Amino acid sequence: MRRVQVRKTHKLFIGGAFPRSESGRTLVVEGANVARASRKDLRDAVRIARQAGAGWSGATAYNRGQVLYRLAEMMEARRGALAAACRGKDEVDRAIDRVVWYAGWADKLAQVIGSANAVAGPYFNFTVPEPTGVVGIVAPAEPALLGLVSRLAPPLVGGNTVVVIASDAHPIAAVELAECVATADVPPGVVNILTGLRGELAPWLAGHMDVAGLDLAGADGDAAELERLGAENVKRIVRGKADEQSPYEIAAFLELKTVWHPVGF
Amino acid sequence: MATAPALPGGFELPLEPRLPRLGSVDAVGLEERALALSRRSIKKGAKVFALDLAIRAMDLTTLEGADTPGKVGALATKGVRPDPSDPGVPSVAAICVYPNLVPAALARTRGTGVKVASVATAFPSGQAPLEVKLEEVRAVVAMGAHEVDMVIDRGAFLSGRYAQVYDEVVRAREVCAGKAHLKVILETGELGTYDNVRRAALLAIAGGADFIKTSTGKAATNATLPVALCMLETIRDVYEDTGRVVGMKVAGGIRQAKQAVQYLVQVHETLGVAWLTPDRYRIGASSLLNDILMQLRKERTGRYQNPDYFTVD
Amino acid sequence: MTETKTPARGADRAPIPASWDYAPAPEARDIVKIADRYGLFIGGKLVEPLSRQRYTTLDPSREEPLAEIAQAGKADVAKAVRAARDAYTKTWSKLRPSERAKYLFRIARILQERSRELAVLESLNGGKPIRESRDVDLPLAAAHFFYYAGWADKLEYAFPGRTPRPIGVAGQIIPWNFPLLMLAWKIAPALAAGNTVVLKPAETTPLTALVFCDVVRQAELPPGVVNVVTGDGRTGAELVASDGVDKIAFTGSTEVGKAIQRAVAGSGKRLTLELGGKAANIVFDDAPLDQAVEGIVNGIYFNQGHVCCAGSRLFVQESIADAVITKLKRRMSTLRVGDPLDKNTDVGAINSKTQLDKIRALVESGVAEGAEIYQPPCRLPERGYWFAPTVFTNVAQSYRIAQEEIFGPVLSVLTFRTPEEAVEKANNTPYGLSAGVWTEKGSRILAMAARLRAGVVWANTYNRFDPASPFGGYKESGFGREGGLHGLEPYLRLEPR
Repeated sequence: MRRVQVRKTHKLFIGGAFPRSESGRTLVVEGANVARASRKDLRDAVRIARQAGAGWSGATAYNRGQVLYRLAEMMEARRGALAAACRGKDEVDRAIDRVVWYAGWADKLAQVIGSANAVAGPYFNFTVPEPTGVVGIVAPAEPALLGLVSRLAPPLVGGNTVVVIASDAHPIAAVELAECVATADVPPGVVNILTGLRGELAPWLAGHMDVAGLDLAGADGDAAELERLGAENVKRIVRGKADEQSPYEIAAFLELKTVWHPVGF
Repeated sequence: MATAPALPGGFELPLEPRLPRLGSVDAVGLEERALALSRRSIKKGAKVFALDLAIRAMDLTTLEGADTPGKVGALATKGVRPDPSDPGVPSVAAICVYPNLVPAALARTRGTGVKVASVATAFPSGQAPLEVKLEEVRAVVAMGAHEVDMVIDRGAFLSGRYAQVYDEVVRAREVCAGKAHLKVILETGELGTYDNVRRAALLAIAGGADFIKTSTGKAATNATLPVALCMLETIRDVYEDTGRVVGMKVAGGIRQAKQAVQYLVQVHETLGVAWLTPDRYRIGASSLLNDILMQLRKERTGRYQNPDYFTVD
Repeated sequence: MTETKTPARGADRAPIPASWDYAPAPEARDIVKIADRYGLFIGGKLVEPLSRQRYTTLDPSREEPLAEIAQAGKADVAKAVRAARDAYTKTWSKLRPSERAKYLFRIARILQERSRELAVLESLNGGKPIRESRDVDLPLAAAHFFYYAGWADKLEYAFPGRTPRPIGVAGQIIPWNFPLLMLAWKIAPALAAGNTVVLKPAETTPLTALVFCDVVRQAELPPGVVNVVTGDGRTGAELVASDGVDKIAFTGSTEVGKAIQRAVAGSGKRLTLELGGKAANIVFDDAPLDQAVEGIVNGIYFNQGHVCCAGSRLFVQESIADAVITKLKRRMSTLRVGDPLDKNTDVGAINSKTQLDKIRALVESGVAEGAEIYQPPCRLPERGYWFAPTVFTNVAQSYRIAQEEIFGPVLSVLTFRTPEEAVEKANNTPYGLSAGVWTEKGSRILAMAARLRAGVVWANTYNRFDPASPFGGYKESGFGREGGLHGLEPYLRLEPR
């Protein structure tokens, strides 16, 4: 006898939990009912991300690296499910390797991006990178998994917390990734993933006064308008590429803090 | 042990051998402030005022092993009338000499208003038994010195025996009381940090110093603008906390009129005009006097001057 | 210098003078030759504005006109951008980097050689004390060119794994508080990275930028590498809107910065913003108090408080608040307010009538809201724009004077009890440019520095600047850094190797 499969309910990922949309709405995408987040879900996600910021940015770089590496382990364990949600095993492999690559950056950023500055006076002066805060990500549609991972990992390893609007077309990869995140020792609220309609959610994300950075990788015709909205609190805005890997991707959402102190007896 | 006449806030002397927190000094900030003040541009009448004051506040000094009554007599004569060609030039505040030369200095200054100051307490090192040091103070006071410039025991200070430093000032003060003014030399060039300068200044003030003084002139580093500023700020803190007035003396390495003006600007902008008087401010110097006389004559005649026209005493 | 009679405290008491007034010590202004009128600097020449419009620039300390300045219009801006593009494609981008470097070294040297002239002009046109323009603005401006000159042929070492390329034409808009220094902050890294520029100086302070054009001429820079268009905000808006510009760099108010960010939205133009601030200067009870007071004074009265990173909110630990305020008021009474060209002046003129009105309005609001105002006795000149150094005590976090950037010599004093509270209040602002911390405790300095959301943290010092030290804000104080290696990045495309 053929066994009846237990199907997955595709929900939002907010504060480490998997709630349905507070609006009770769903969408049918990729053959599944997917939660359709509302602007109130987005509001909640940003608030929770902000609260999670102190812990995540205050964690040691070593710890953040460990957590990201753990994420790669969880993805490895769920290769099958992830592969089904994207173009296949090859994309999953690249996404996992990307997470591992970024995990290693956590405790090297300050050395590569920071500096000691030789000022003309009796002062010790140094510059260190710090996370910018809550980063909103409009995820690219393709490649569904690698694109999302490529945009998510850099702000995360830099110590930011993130609110992701999954792509309209391929939300399942985002939901699968959320399940990896949930089991990877990522503190609750550090990563929040919303599925739904980008056009409905992105303006609220771009205009949110408690979102410090914005990655518009998945925006197209609405990009200019989202950038305009982002200006209201001088957001750091990038239009990230779906397949990019460099420390400068991390730097896009890092602030540089320069500290002076006199040198004297 | 005597009790201190007035203690700044935070002191618990003499119960503790070590002083509690006295506040601290940031070296770079202090030096920058001193540098900024030294860049004031003092011209014309303001400059003449400063130069005149620098003479009136001067402790004209000779502290050499080779000092003789003749040498001191000549110096004292100069101090009384620094520029015989210009009666407008005032006398200096005091003649500062070694103990044995006090009578020679007194002989030439009696009745002129110019005081005689003597160094004491095993100057310049202070490394002698307390009784010997106090006996020296008694001797110079008995000879008629109006002012006593004592040194603190830096050995005691740097080894953390602050109470001993304090106690010696108290004892010297007792000997001087009612007869002579006590200036306490911190020898800041040996104290290592501005924090120590401030601490030593507070100890000396707590012990009863009428004046605190930077240096003996015998150490590698003498008065500097930042050290003097640090001491002035200490005097100001004591004044604001307790109302007690303490005088300040800078000494060592002040040879040019311009330096004297810089020191006076510091006083002016730190303690105000009330300290611009010989009763509260002194400059210990020797060759400085002629440089000031040259500057004053330049201001009077409009010509740059030649040292051959000014007596070497 | 009058002497009072000796008070009868003893026959041998010396007199105490009533005062010691420093004689005026004016810097000679004849070192500066100001033309009656100036054109725009486009393609290596000063040219008449196509707009045919001009306005008058003033000496704010006397309200006297200094020169007629061109108000560049759309066509003028377009012409300047074309000149910059031509220079970029034809000469500057083809030059070997080491040659670029030598041009910048030349500029640095000429700035040093002409520093007295430029300092006097800066004080004349901007109202700032000659002491500051001489000792801060000019040395730093020259140093900035020296610093970035050295980078021009070493860019490949700056960004590991990337090949740096210039962006093209940079449109740069600068404020009136440090006219020549801000010019240097903008032009030096842009040229070092291989870009050409169109610079718009502030409306009220164009003169040093126009003399800088002569420096460029003396350095024999290829025509069009540096272009200067003068005018008000409309000129700036034209520059921002220009299609020929690849990058906009702006220093100024947060309000204008947001408008610029909106204007370039969707254009793909690169953007850096250095905007307003409302910095917290935090004094703990163990701080070196006299130096802290100097830092407080330097933090808010430097350049009349016309400083985006001014320490305009003083947070004092409650246990020493009285002592600090007493010391502060005493120190304020020694500030010498007056003729910007007098070498002894500490606080000069307010830059413009507009700014003076803004300061007055905010100060009035502070009084109305219930804060206690103190201004030391000082005689302000009758003509010109002046405002006495001001401190408000009894300030609540909610008062406008504790929230809004005043950009004037006005300090608000607030108190705190614990480090946590200090951090929380300090960060409780949309701005994040700078902060100050005063304490003797090393671990506390580092903990505070880590938690203050600001791009520059001065610990036991304040308002220090250096070309090697990156400067720029968090939050609504802007993004991008100026100075240091990090100041190159806004002017480069980093291509994968």
